[in-house]
Amino acid sequence: MYQVKGGTMPDRAVTMTWLLVICVCVMAGATFAGEDDEEAVVYGFGRPATAEEIAAWDIDVRPDGKGLPAGSGTPAEGAAIYVAQCAACHGAQGEGGLNDRLVVHSADEPFPLASDVNAGQHRTIGNYWPYATTVFDYIRRSMPFTAPGTLTANEVYSLTAHLLHLNHVIPEDAEMNAQTLPKVVMPAHGKFRLDDRQDFKEVH
Amino acid sequence: MAQDDAKNNDKTSGEKQRNVTRRAALVGMAGAAGTVLARGADGQEVQVSSGSRPQVPPDPTKVIGRLASEFGERSPFERLERVTSFSRSSSETPLQNLHGTITPAALHFERHHAGVPSIDPDKHKLIIHGMVSQPTTFSVSDLKRLPAASRICFIECSGNLFRDAPEQTTAQLIAGMTSQSEWTGVMLSTLLREVGADPGASWLLAEGADAAVLTRSIPKAFWDEAMVVYAQNGEAVRPENGYPIRFLNPGCEGNTSVKWLRRIEVSDQPFMTREETSKYTEPVKGGVSRQFSLVMDARSIITYPSYPNTVEKGWIEVQGIAWSGRGKIAAAEVSTDDGKTWQRAALQDPILPKAHVRFRHMFKWDGKDTVIMSRAIDETGYIQPTRAAFMQARGPGSGPYHQNPITGWRLKAGGDVVYRVEEWA
Ligand code: HEC
Repeated sequence: MYQVKGGTMPDRAVTMTWLLVICVCVMAGATFAGEDDEEAVVYGFGRPATAEEIAAWDIDVRPDGKGLPAGSGTPAEGAAIYVAQCAACHGAQGEGGLNDRLVVHSADEPFPLASDVNAGQHRTIGNYWPYATTVFDYIRRSMPFTAPGTLTANEVYSLTAHLLHLNHVIPEDAEMNAQTLPKVVMPAHGKFRLDDRQDFKEVH
Repeated sequence: MAQDDAKNNDKTSGEKQRNVTRRAALVGMAGAAGTVLARGADGQEVQVSSGSRPQVPPDPTKVIGRLASEFGERSPFERLERVTSFSRSSSETPLQNLHGTITPAALHFERHHAGVPSIDPDKHKLIIHGMVSQPTTFSVSDLKRLPAASRICFIECSGNLFRDAPEQTTAQLIAGMTSQSEWTGVMLSTLLREVGADPGASWLLAEGADAAVLTRSIPKAFWDEAMVVYAQNGEAVRPENGYPIRFLNPGCEGNTSVKWLRRIEVSDQPFMTREETSKYTEPVKGGVSRQFSLVMDARSIITYPSYPNTVEKGWIEVQGIAWSGRGKIAAAEVSTDDGKTWQRAALQDPILPKAHVRFRHMFKWDGKDTVIMSRAIDETGYIQPTRAAFMQARGPGSGPYHQNPITGWRLKAGGDVVYRVEEWA
């Protein structure tokens, strides 16, 4: 990929440039840059990303806890924040609101089965989410819906703890932090399988 | 009414007549009120009344036309629209009114989880970091300086089905969350080479700059064909479709072609975001849910005749689109006897991998009640299933993702065409 901007160079210079290119190619026994050449080339566009700009955006949390920030919170602390910032859309106890239901007790409604007729089937934190870290990650990046990205790390830990408690996953006094949260075993843990279909002729 | 006109005549949009702007009404107006004759989009003379239709001179050869303009608008007679969902977090492409296979960008389906962000392209950046030797920040113009690549492919939402649809349902509402564009940008492989991605990396996280900061983990199997694109059908990607840049994951569920792309984190394991656990997973047999089933299985739909067309006894050209996320369409078959027998339809070139292909089939209707339907067959040999076969394989509680059953249209004696209602429970 060569850029030759005729408009900025006198004609003679353009001719000279092309002569040079042709000479180089002939000498190297090469044709014009093809895919093989591109494979090897690093063009160097862009600039090194600074540690600060990465840190400002790198908010994802993996199931092993990588990405969790310092801080902590309890269900009781989360309950107060929930009433102020979440209940209007998700209901006082995480159900019955205008938006997504956030509470299902797996004892009442176990993991949804494909064989069940799914009328009214619920899929949320208490029966369907396989990782507790996802609750933290999602609240931190997307909620509250109308003011995303405004919660502090402690507030997100507290809300995560509150929702896990409402879903009967952790006890009332459990503190959530970077060490404890990845250790929470969700009711839906182990119930997901990576797409393993092999024979694409089959309907499955 | 001639069948060709019927193809362009959508009862739904005809009913909600829009007020034509004064400017449009004045364009080339001869000054006559009342009923005038004009030329429709199909070149036929049509009667237009001053009440609901734009006014145009009775004879365009007698009046100098409009002068050149900076930005072209469609004819004021054309009013195709997306249909938006109640919450306006999605809208669907009017499949039954389109021709060929490219979706006009303004009619590309939408799905967003927190609205369409407003982004200044000069301030936008893409950070690639994680398992790379040189974490790098690219501006949009940096991306445009890298070797460019273009590709025509569909993007389909994996929730693209209206299950409990009544007879009065258009193809747009059944399957309008698939659209096709020519996308231009940079191959992901080029970017990964620029940043020195670790050969041991096997997953990456793509993240959007919308208010959902939507994220998806993409396994390495899809990296070879993936792109970061800045153009759609020759112009900048539309805001609803990811302006200024989006990820493009050909053949895969639309949600993984993350829009408003701001960050790619290279990793060796999936991140298990909410959009790949709580959502976009499907319960399957064995008491488990299938995850990262990203590829869109082969599917087709007849777009003409379909609701709300009316047809006449005699020859009808059945038309539709077929597509598969696993590669090229090998064949599209049409049944005009409710699935008892199938005929090969003609496929319109070009037949591109992971792209909508248009099919056509001439059928002589005897005027009696029947159901017409199509099925796609892709190059892997996969045959689009009937709803019954699909439900048998997947189970009734599997919905709502990755459902691709055959769609039928009932031709009623008398000529009304309606959706063939399916029982899902
Ligand atoms: C203005 C209404 C609104 C408020 C306030 C709100 N949410 Fe949400 N929430 C939503 C909507 C809408 C969705 C679904 C978004 C989507 O599907 O993309 C959602 C989804 C969620 C989900 C995912 C549910 C699932 O099963 O996938 C969680 C968890 C959640 N919200 C937590 C919270 C928390 C915690 C708060 C308070 C800090 C909050 N929300 C405040 C509207 C709201």
